[in-house]
Amino acid sequence: MTVLELGRIPIQDVDWGRKTVVEGRVLQIHREGFIEEIRGHDSRITGVEAHIARPGESARILPVKDVIEPRVKVKGRGGVFPGLISGVETVGTGRTHVLKGCSVVTAGQIVGVQEGLIDMSGPGACYCRFSNLLNIVLVIDVKQGITRHEHEETLRLAGLRAAAYLGEAGRAPAPDHVDRFEVHGLSGSPREGADLPGVVYVYMLLSQGLLHDTYLYGHDVKNLLPTMISATEVMDGAIVSGNCVSACDKNTTYHHQNNPIIGELFRRDGTDLRFLGTIVANANVTLQDKIRSAEYAVKLAALLGPDGAVISKEGFGNPDADAMMYCKGLEEKGIRTVIITDEFAGVDGASQSLADTTPEADAVISTGNANERILLPAMERVIGDMRVIERMAGGVSGSLSRDGIRVELQAILGATNELGFETLSAREE
Amino acid sequence: MTETLKAVLYMNQFFGGIGGEDKAGIEPLAKAGAIGPGLLFREFLDPHVEITATVICGDNYFCERMDDAGEAVFLLIEGYAPDLVLAGPAFNAGRYGMACGAVCASVTRRMAIPAVTGMYPHNPGVEAFRKDIYIVETKGSVAGMRDGVASMSRLALKLARGEPIGTPEEEGYIPRGLRRNYFASETGASRAVTSLLNKLKGKSFITEYAMPVFDRVKPVLPVKSTGEITIALITSGGIVPKGNPDRVESSSATRYGRYDINGLARLAPETHETVHGGYDQTYANEDPNRVLPLDAVRDLEREGRIGRLYPYYYATVGNGTSVANAGRFAREIARELVRDGVQAVIITST
Repeated sequence: MTVLELGRIPIQDVDWGRKTVVEGRVLQIHREGFIEEIRGHDSRITGVEAHIARPGESARILPVKDVIEPRVKVKGRGGVFPGLISGVETVGTGRTHVLKGCSVVTAGQIVGVQEGLIDMSGPGACYCRFSNLLNIVLVIDVKQGITRHEHEETLRLAGLRAAAYLGEAGRAPAPDHVDRFEVHGLSGSPREGADLPGVVYVYMLLSQGLLHDTYLYGHDVKNLLPTMISATEVMDGAIVSGNCVSACDKNTTYHHQNNPIIGELFRRDGTDLRFLGTIVANANVTLQDKIRSAEYAVKLAALLGPDGAVISKEGFGNPDADAMMYCKGLEEKGIRTVIITDEFAGVDGASQSLADTTPEADAVISTGNANERILLPAMERVIGDMRVIERMAGGVSGSLSRDGIRVELQAILGATNELGFETLSAREE
Repeated sequence: MTETLKAVLYMNQFFGGIGGEDKAGIEPLAKAGAIGPGLLFREFLDPHVEITATVICGDNYFCERMDDAGEAVFLLIEGYAPDLVLAGPAFNAGRYGMACGAVCASVTRRMAIPAVTGMYPHNPGVEAFRKDIYIVETKGSVAGMRDGVASMSRLALKLARGEPIGTPEEEGYIPRGLRRNYFASETGASRAVTSLLNKLKGKSFITEYAMPVFDRVKPVLPVKSTGEITIALITSGGIVPKGNPDRVESSSATRYGRYDINGLARLAPETHETVHGGYDQTYANEDPNRVLPLDAVRDLEREGRIGRLYPYYYATVGNGTSVANAGRFAREIARELVRDGVQAVIITST
């Protein structure tokens, strides 16, 4: 049996201070030390600014690349974000502390055109749980002339270093609350509630190529044959986002760290269901890759002998095809499925929502129509670069006006997240 | 609410008191005030709404010449300058349902005032018009008159007053096929696990999105000999002249462009780029021919394997672009290509 204890240290404010430390419920950050850590020894970084954006402020952050929760490994093997800024030892056991209520947000020059925004107040904040966090925003400039892929990698690693640096401040304090997660081996003794339905989680990671990538222990999952992961590894940052597109339905590193499906399956494990395991699968671009991954993931799932599976998605359009293949394959093996997806039903909601379908997908959870438009009023403070809004997905030319910006929900980070992180849904009217 | 609203009713020959099937051919006419079911409408609408007239048309007359009859009925209604229109309810009467749907659709579209009808869900008028108008669900027969009129009146009043309209269940109308966002009480993850457990227990579970039925386009016969014909290039990969003159959006496109390639041997990174926001643009911008294969098609042209390349190409972005917009682009582009004698098209997507 694998056990991870997750200790929550609530953070109620963030401020600049003389050293980086949690005092009471305030995270003090030594700005210079923090910035030096972010720079690392990466010669591609030419400038780093760090800002604090608090819930309720009239502030807009854009374009956002990633959101990361500060965590630290206190006991057990390995370190956070293995394979990228720690070694590749297996994580997910022992004890990890979390600075709950804050995050590191990477922003700055645009890398991919579908990067999104976070509003700290106003109507946009209703669609994004990151609006309720104390966000430590990094605006990072990089050397002229580096490729977009280097740019993405530079920012990804800098964000992870920043989160690990802040997480370190959570090593000593005693957590307010400790959650204990138990992962049982496949051949473990018959468990309590053996008559409960067995459920697996099929965790699709976007892997369509550079700027649409996801990393598992630092390994590019484009080249992954679906595999199993212990759900507690995810909590230690084994899965990191390198995805610069599709703001509304991309899974940021924060989403992975706090995967709500894993949370829900653990919560109901032993009372409503038996949580049998998590299969990480990918969503590549070629048909052969898609079929190979679907076949392989379905085979792995069947080996666990489940009754049902939850399938989560990332992105839209092309990955609809992958999700339908996973669904069809599982249902054909008698494993009942639920798919979580968002919709692209057009601004008026009158179009078909998905690019691919299968009749087996008879239980779909909708996380909302990403094409629906919203007027976001102007904010007093913009962290990042406002001019990019017209180039961002979900923004259109003429988006910017004195009243604010009119965009599709697509532009709001995580608004229609397909791990089911938010409460937004769509229905037929 | 001080001002009294004016309503016009629409009915067929039977409910309008003209006669039965033998009178189904009568032309549109108007009568002052409320008649037939209008008296019941008055009961539910008083004192907020005054029924000023009832427009009547025979079901056969309407359905045999829908355009002309629709126009005549519309003009009669418009003449009374109403604030709202109520048609039917048509229950399961197919011709009457089609007429009520058409009348409400034209009033809604052309006068921008609320128009409500009522039908049994299997009435063909539902499938034909539910996306355009509010159709209250009624029973299959006239036994549902009182409930139907009550629901129609309630919904029409709300619409006329500009009040927010609730869900189909709350308001009693047949879903219009429009996807609307709302905040659920639980997260998607929690709903997913609950839904799965219900499905596993064999309990009823409700999908939040029923799989749509896609249009299938029947392919035309293959081109017999390409050596003579004109071929055009179309891409949904977002290749546009540098600077994106038509401002084609990087996702959810509402526009496409038509660009001159007459005499151009190949695309160059200096002159063309992609605006597509859904894929890594690096390689398309390095060499736009990778997405719009102008270079390869010019080779075929030179080798005589195709007759000629159409001197324009069309481009849009297929990234979250709605089927409705894509369909419109296709119809417009196809019209021009057919007009100019293009016989085959190569469409590249990304």
